[in-house]
Amino acid sequence: METLTFILNNLPAIGQRTLEHVSIVGVAVGLAILTGVPIGIAITQNKRAADIVLYIAAMIMTIPSIALFGLMIPILSQIGQGIGYLPAVIAVLLYSQLPIIRNTYTAITNVDPALREAARGMGMAPLQRLSQVELPIAVPVIMAGVRIAVVINIGITAIATYIGAGGLGAFISRGISQTDSRQLITGALAVSLLAIFADYFLLWVQHRLTPKGLRLAPARMARAT
Amino acid sequence: MIKLDNVTKAFETQAGAALAADRVSFEVAAGEICVLLGPSGCGKTTTLKMVNRLVQPTSGKIYINGKDTDAYDPVELRRTIGYVIQQIGLFPNMTVEENICVVPKLLGWDMNKARTRAAELLSTINLEPAIFLKRYPKELSGGQQQRVGVARALAADPPVLLMDEPFGAIDPINREVIQDEFLKIHRRLKKTVMFVSHDIDEAVKMADKVAIFRSGKLEQFDSPDNILAHPINEFIADFVGTDRTLKRLRLVKVESAAHAGAPRVAAEDRLERATSLMNEHGQEFIVMVDAAGRPQGYLGLDICRGQEGTAAEFGTRLPATVGLDEDLRTAVSMMFMFDVPWLTCVDENGLYAGVVTQRGITRLLGDTYRDAPKRAA
Repeated sequence: METLTFILNNLPAIGQRTLEHVSIVGVAVGLAILTGVPIGIAITQNKRAADIVLYIAAMIMTIPSIALFGLMIPILSQIGQGIGYLPAVIAVLLYSQLPIIRNTYTAITNVDPALREAARGMGMAPLQRLSQVELPIAVPVIMAGVRIAVVINIGITAIATYIGAGGLGAFISRGISQTDSRQLITGALAVSLLAIFADYFLLWVQHRLTPKGLRLAPARMARAT
Repeated sequence: MIKLDNVTKAFETQAGAALAADRVSFEVAAGEICVLLGPSGCGKTTTLKMVNRLVQPTSGKIYINGKDTDAYDPVELRRTIGYVIQQIGLFPNMTVEENICVVPKLLGWDMNKARTRAAELLSTINLEPAIFLKRYPKELSGGQQQRVGVARALAADPPVLLMDEPFGAIDPINREVIQDEFLKIHRRLKKTVMFVSHDIDEAVKMADKVAIFRSGKLEQFDSPDNILAHPINEFIADFVGTDRTLKRLRLVKVESAAHAGAPRVAAEDRLERATSLMNEHGQEFIVMVDAAGRPQGYLGLDICRGQEGTAAEFGTRLPATVGLDEDLRTAVSMMFMFDVPWLTCVDENGLYAGVVTQRGITRLLGDTYRDAPKRAA
């Protein structure tokens, strides 16, 4: 009951923190799509490069988030941005790489070889093949990677408050330091709801981006000729 | 139209270089269907793919319409050659219309022209444009998909069509139907077709020329009838099968074996006339026709002997008739089915056109062996 009163009394602040949170994750994952998808496509050309890139991306994922935020401080201090928004965005960007690169790579390499052969045999140049056949077919799997990245990073961004980036983590960290369960619960609840909402929203986007021909159930009619 | 000149393709394998095609030379004339045949791994698909440069020959030249294919950019070259594969490979993200329009679009056609063309092609392959243009590949049956695959290959009206076991994944009943449809389309469009198959029956049915491969080498290149009648070695003979003469039945029309001069009687003719005609032509039977010339029945010599009356009184119903443009396989099959040594032939209007006998068929098929006994060794 106390928590509910707290929430109702602090709605503007919660809204503000949510916006900060969404801004960090949104900008970072947006940039991660711009880097991860091209990288994922590029490494389909070379198995060795793919292994190396996926290995590095997986390594980044294993760095504890608090440590990664900490690492940003000395590096970005060089340009006077050691704490705050920029290091948070960069950290989230790095964490987003693995799901996006890996899903893009998997989606493109899993395109039916017969389609690639048909496209090649009909006279599509490699880029035409990519844009007209491979990418449209890969979209659902790439978007699934983006969803994973967003959901994971909504959680991770809650830590970004420790380097002064704000976000919903502010309630949690203050709740801990002040042993104020109202703030703690408010922050945790808001982060969870945001993650669930974002996932559903992106599912809808994924559905919209999937070409209609792929959404259909296969062989709806088996009429012989 | 398509000329292969000493074409070789070597692949590097762990066991050293392997030849997928070994100094292959042959030529497909304009408007002909050439079937590349052989067991798997014999180099037939590699040979096909060298024509549109999906596989680059190690040495040798391939000419299309007299022009060296090496002179083209490979991507440009492929847009001028229709390509159909066994797995069909329709793009699932595109509608039937978009699939058919792929090459016209690559060639920069006006979109309205491409769409009109797509509708036209769908009618050609017996799919109603109003229903199918906006469908997606997943909404089609396998047979329909492969029809669209053929339409897509024909979209930009290429003079040359390459088909890699195009009907291999379709069930046998539909395969026959699609083969017939394709032959019908081919008779109209007269494309030069190179067609890979591993099925001798399909080859016999479709081909003007058959090229049989074994381990990268072209073993025999000839008309289907010559391949069946005169296989040049043991391998070919085995490959085409011990029943190869039976397979030739499919290649010959009833017309060539029919005895067009076989006599007939009218229903009201007297038996004496029937008997004398049979004796005159050395036949044991005679077909009876109505006033319009349609076969009505027949009389056997044994029935007429010593009897008085008209043909109509003693005539027996005909078990079946066969069209002149049917193949001998159909005729023989009917003979077996009705247990008769001869059949009445009819022309396209259903009028009497002679008879075809088992003896006549045997003699016709045997001719080629008598003419060239040495070649059949």
